[in-house]
This record gives sequence, C-alpha cells and structure tokens, in this order.
Amino acid sequence: MFSEEEIKEEREKDWRKELREKIKSSDRAKKERISMPEEDATSRSRNSVEVNKGLSVEQALSESERCLDCANPTCISGCPVGINIPKFIKKIESKDFAGAAIILKETNTLPAVCGRVCPQEIQCEARCFYTLKLGKDAVGIGNLERFAADYERNSGKISIPEVSKNNGIMIAVAGSGPAGLTAACDLSRLGYQVTVFEALHEIGGVLKYGIPGFRLPNEIINLEIDNLRKMGIHFETNYIVGKTESFHELKKQGYQAFFIGSGAGLPNFMNIPGENLVGIFSSNEYLTRVNLMGASKPEYDTPVLSGKKVAVIGGGNTAMDSVRTALRLGAEKAMIIYRRTMDEMPARKEEMKHALEEGVEIITLQNPVAYIGNDKSRVRQIRLQKMTLGEPDASGRRRPVPVENSEYLMDVDTVIVSVGVSPSPIIPLALPEIEMTRWGTIKVNPDNMQSSVPWIFAGGDIVRGGATVILAMGDGRKAAIGIHEFIQNKIK
Amino acid sequence: MYKIVDKIFLSPNVFSLEIEASLIAKNRKAGHFVIIRINDKGERIPLTISASNIEKGTITLIIQKVGVTSAKLSLYNKGDYIQDVVGPLGHPTRIEKVGTILCAGGGVGIAPLLPIAEAYRKAGNKVISVLAARTKELLILESEMQKHSDELIIYTDDGSYGKKGIITYGMEEVIGKEKIDLSIVIGPALMMKYAALTTKKYNIPTMASLNTIMVDGTGMCGACRITVGGKTKFVCVDGPEFNAHEVDFDEMLSRLTAYKEEEMIAYEKYNQGD
Repeated sequence: MFSEEEIKEEREKDWRKELREKIKSSDRAKKERISMPEEDATSRSRNSVEVNKGLSVEQALSESERCLDCANPTCISGCPVGINIPKFIKKIESKDFAGAAIILKETNTLPAVCGRVCPQEIQCEARCFYTLKLGKDAVGIGNLERFAADYERNSGKISIPEVSKNNGIMIAVAGSGPAGLTAACDLSRLGYQVTVFEALHEIGGVLKYGIPGFRLPNEIINLEIDNLRKMGIHFETNYIVGKTESFHELKKQGYQAFFIGSGAGLPNFMNIPGENLVGIFSSNEYLTRVNLMGASKPEYDTPVLSGKKVAVIGGGNTAMDSVRTALRLGAEKAMIIYRRTMDEMPARKEEMKHALEEGVEIITLQNPVAYIGNDKSRVRQIRLQKMTLGEPDASGRRRPVPVENSEYLMDVDTVIVSVGVSPSPIIPLALPEIEMTRWGTIKVNPDNMQSSVPWIFAGGDIVRGGATVILAMGDGRKAAIGIHEFIQNKIK
Repeated sequence: MYKIVDKIFLSPNVFSLEIEASLIAKNRKAGHFVIIRINDKGERIPLTISASNIEKGTITLIIQKVGVTSAKLSLYNKGDYIQDVVGPLGHPTRIEKVGTILCAGGGVGIAPLLPIAEAYRKAGNKVISVLAARTKELLILESEMQKHSDELIIYTDDGSYGKKGIITYGMEEVIGKEKIDLSIVIGPALMMKYAALTTKKYNIPTMASLNTIMVDGTGMCGACRITVGGKTKFVCVDGPEFNAHEVDFDEMLSRLTAYKEEEMIAYEKYNQGD
C-alpha cells in the first residue's frame, strides 16, 4: 500500500501536471463512460468465448481522459490491494500502456485477472469522484486495468517485477489460488526462495477450476503463472501440504515459514430430501468438470451430465457461472432459483445482466425443500416453496420466510447447488495445534495474517470462508509482509 | 510424471502397477488411496494403494479394467509414465488390537483389503479372511492374503476353486465357529451391502471401504458424497472407511450409475479404435 505522501508525490510529478493541464476537468466530466464491448448474447451463450471483448486503444484513451486525477483520490481506498489508480490511468492517457501495466504490477500480481473478475462497482469505482459527488458513472477503472494488462500480454513484452537478491530463505505456500500466488510473488520480490505447493494437477486454484473461460480464459492465468516462474518461484503440483508431507517434515527440509491459501473448497449442501440423487451437483463439481477437466470437450475423458432443464440454486457469482455454463452445455431451460429477490442477490450486477441477456431465467422468492427422482434415481422434479421477505438477518438482508401451503413441483433434470462453500478440512486436520474458528476457518491476526502458530500465516477463503479473488490477494499481500517481519525478527 | 517400474496381470482384467512416488510411499498407511490422471485429457480416478516400498520409493496400485481409463492404463508398461498421481488421500485405517478380525474381500476389493489385513495382523489380531470371486480365474492375491491371515477361506460363484457360493456364505461359516470382534468388508458396493447385512445380524462392528466416483479427491466437489447414519459425508475426506451398518448402500449404488450411459458409449468408441 502506498502512503498518502507517496501518492501526493507521484501526482505532483511533471508528466501528471502536464496531462491535467491538457484537458480541463469540466471537459473531462462531460464525457460519458464507455461501455465494455460484449459478444452477441445469443451466440455467446452456446460457446466458450470470453463475453467481454475488452476496450480498444481509442476507447481506452477516451475513458482514461475521464479520470480527473483527483487531489484526494478516494478510489485508491476502495482497492483491497491499494493500486495507485490515477497513476496507471494517467499512463494510459499518456499512451504509455506498457508503463501502466508496470504500475499495476507493482501492487497487483494478476492485473489481467482482477481487471476481469473484481467487483469494481463495490470497490474502487464505488469510491470514484463521479459516483460519490457527481452522481454519474464511475471511470471504468476495471476495464482500464484489463486493457493495460492485456496490452502488455499481447505485446509479448511482459514486465517481470523487480526481485531483490535471493536471500536463500525458503518459504512454503500451500495453495496456488489468488492468495497463494500473491503471497508467493510478494515474498519472491523481497528475495525469498518460494515454493508453491498445489493439490490439483493444475496451478491457479479457483481461477482455473471455478471461474469459467467465458469470464476468465485459462490461457491468461497460465501466462501470469509463467511470469511468476520467471521470478524464480517454484511450483509443485499433485502435492497436498499436510498429507503428501507434513508441515513438520517441510520445516525439517528448511522451510522457515508457511502461507496457507488452501481455500474454501468444501461445497455446502442444503441437507434436504433427495439431495443425493443423480444429476444433483455442487457448483464446485459442475464447474470443476467443465473448467478444469474439459468435460464439455469431446477429446477429454471426464464426463458431465448436461441436462435440458437445469436449475441452479443460489444467487452469487458462482451460481451465475454455473447457470451460464449450463447454457453452454446445451440446456434448453437454465434457471436460477433464489430465495430472496434480485436486489439481495450477491452476484455482480454485470454477471446477472449477462446471464439474463443469454436467456437465463431468474426465479426469485423460492426455495427447494426436496428433490424427487425417477426410477433410475435421477432427479426429475424439485419441490419448491414460495418465500416472502421478513426482518433483516445477521447479513443485514431481509430474511426469507416460507409462505404456508405454497409448495409446488417443477420439472428439472439437473440441479446445481450453489449455496456457498466452507474451508477444506484437510490442512486444519494436519495441524491440530492451530487455532480455528467454529466455522472451520483459520484464526489469524488481521494485521499480519499470522495464525496461532507463529511460523504459519494464512489468507483468502481458508480465513474468510467463500469470498473474492481480490480479497484473497489482499490477504496474500499482508501475509507476505507479515512473514518478512517474522523472519527478519528471527534473524535479529 | 510418475514412472511405472513394474506391471503384472493378476487375472485377465486385473493388473498391478508399481509406480515411483517416493513422497507418497513415505507417508502412506493402510487404507490410503491416490487419485491419478493418466494424461492431460484423462479423468481423475481414485485407486487404493495396496502396497508401498519406502526404500524403492514406490507404491503399488491394483486396477480392474472396467472402462476407458482403466483400459488405456492396462496398455501402459514398465517404463511408461502416468501424468499425475496425488496422495496419500483419505483417513488411514484405524488399526487397533481388538481380538479376531473377519476380513471379507470380493473381486478386486481384495486389493485394498490386503494392506488392512496385514496391518491388523501386525498389531496382534487374529485375522480370518474370506475371499470371493466369480470364478477361479478372477481370484487375485491369494498367496499374499494367505501370508497375512491366520485362516483363509475361498469361495467362487461357480465352485471352480475353493467352496461354491458367495462371500456371505463364507462369512456365516466363520461367524458360526469364531467369536468375531470386528469385520472389514471390501468389494463391489452390492457385495458390501450384503456383507454388512450379514454381520449386522450378529452385531459385529463392521467397517467398509467405499469406492465412489471422485473428481478431485480432496473434499472440493462432493461427487463422492454418501449418506452415513442419515448424514451426508464425503468419502474422500471423511472416509474412505465407514461404519458399514450406517452406510446407505442403495443410495451409493444409485450414485455409482450416474455416468453409466456416458461410460458405456465411451468404452464402445474406445474399443472400436476411435
């Protein structure tokens, strides 16, 4: 994170002053936000192309001019990793796209990822001057971040962050999702010798198995990972820290500290009758089969059941990913079933808009109470109950209350249960000495992500429960600093 | 990449592969399994580790040819490589000295039973093993099981070897003459269901090692979920062994059919040389 002084200092540099003088703020504010170009809804719902096409150079230049380069950039405080947002946007305006990418990478390990999947509308863009004071559309910060990252990637000249001289001190990272990758990158930059251990056969965690290619293509993740390799980070797949080898065995091999970023992979089920019928999946299983195991492609051996009448239970981003994947697998009817209303849905508005454009039906104020199977134990109906909204619950949202005598049957052949995830129990089981919360997450000091075991740090979903990519990255960043301080104190 | 250092056919459709996987060999205990992926287009499948050798750094997997992946794998030989192997997965068998153990293994289920019988015997238990197969040709690991059993009884459906009958006959035979403190049953799901019903009659505590469909094997997807004692459990992280009297075997059997059609079509295509 940059200090206020650093941000002010950068803003006062000549190149920034010149840009501000080129166009008056009042003229900048007259421009309308440029919309992200998208693939046609009907055709894209049957293929796996990325839906958002990315801004063109002209569009990016135009959008970057909208940024007023505020004296007090409130947008930065909205970013979980503290990117110097005006600085990178002004680099775009000055046509130094490569420079913009370098600035992004100073604070963000995976800008091509964040530019695509961050909920900017509740983060940086929610704190943009346009949003807060002018009542207008925010600067397209996310779209510009994606533009700069993609430009650099396509140019073939990918910048590798500067790495301090290798100090030979070994750090182990468990999990190659966004938290682990960020911790590894930051620690590597500080000179540590980092090895990332990944349980699956591919690197990227939820980025690979969870987020579909039409939102985040796997090639992009692989390129970002190659950059991390070039920094000197080692990756080991098919390795479960705590089972393949124990934490103590790794410590004996010389690892001085650990970052646990093993995620919240355990799918939640509703524990209602019939939930174990064939054709009822967790969203994790459904998405893993398609995104990680290539189930939609004939040359890959892993199958998936692609139904015609698919119901996805849930209202978050994962539910949206699942229902849109169902369409792409050939569903004739792809539905979201959510127990509250669209206003309470946690999914990004953009995802909901894309889903509706593609033909997804969103059914609100309804909840499954049971599933009915056919004689082959395949699900064929859901018993749904209508809901109404009552008083707010712990999350602050109005509580769904069942409506008496409102149950009815809906025909389906596939159901995807997307009602949240819990932390994987494997690592906590391997570390009985570590303090856990009653939800199965690892307890950490929120300032440095240190657990009750001094040489073990943790971040991301294993600490938060199911959350976002960018929050995981922020944790990875904090933990890297925490680990660095821990090691340096030990040395003293 | 994991090198195959030995391969043997134990019966026409069952073969054993010894694979270099030193880290897994080091930490492996009876009851553990691995997930393998033979190449980058392959599926992830679970296989029990039936033996390991720490000095050589190898694990042994015994595989039955039932579909595309196992058929492709049956053509791999010494010197070939399997792309991905991860483990050891699952909870190891809880080995205690309880007295007399009745081990019942059906078909390829004898492979995961072997290390468990070995471990229980080493812990000072008396081990009586009943092995069953459809015919003599399909019986595997007889001499290995003999080594780790105080008594070994064999049944074949057609009577071509040992006694004629099914595994539950053998179990009843043993229960009839010995006090059994614990039973371990491993084999096809239907076999385990009836084996468990048999021991339930006599209130003999019984553990079954379940073999459901799996994808990741690390608790991430729920493909392997079953109902035990009315609660949903994941075989990969809560098992693979469970109290056999509490397992809903009928549900497990139906969940095993999830991809039957896809599997049959794919296997036919494969056999036709596609």
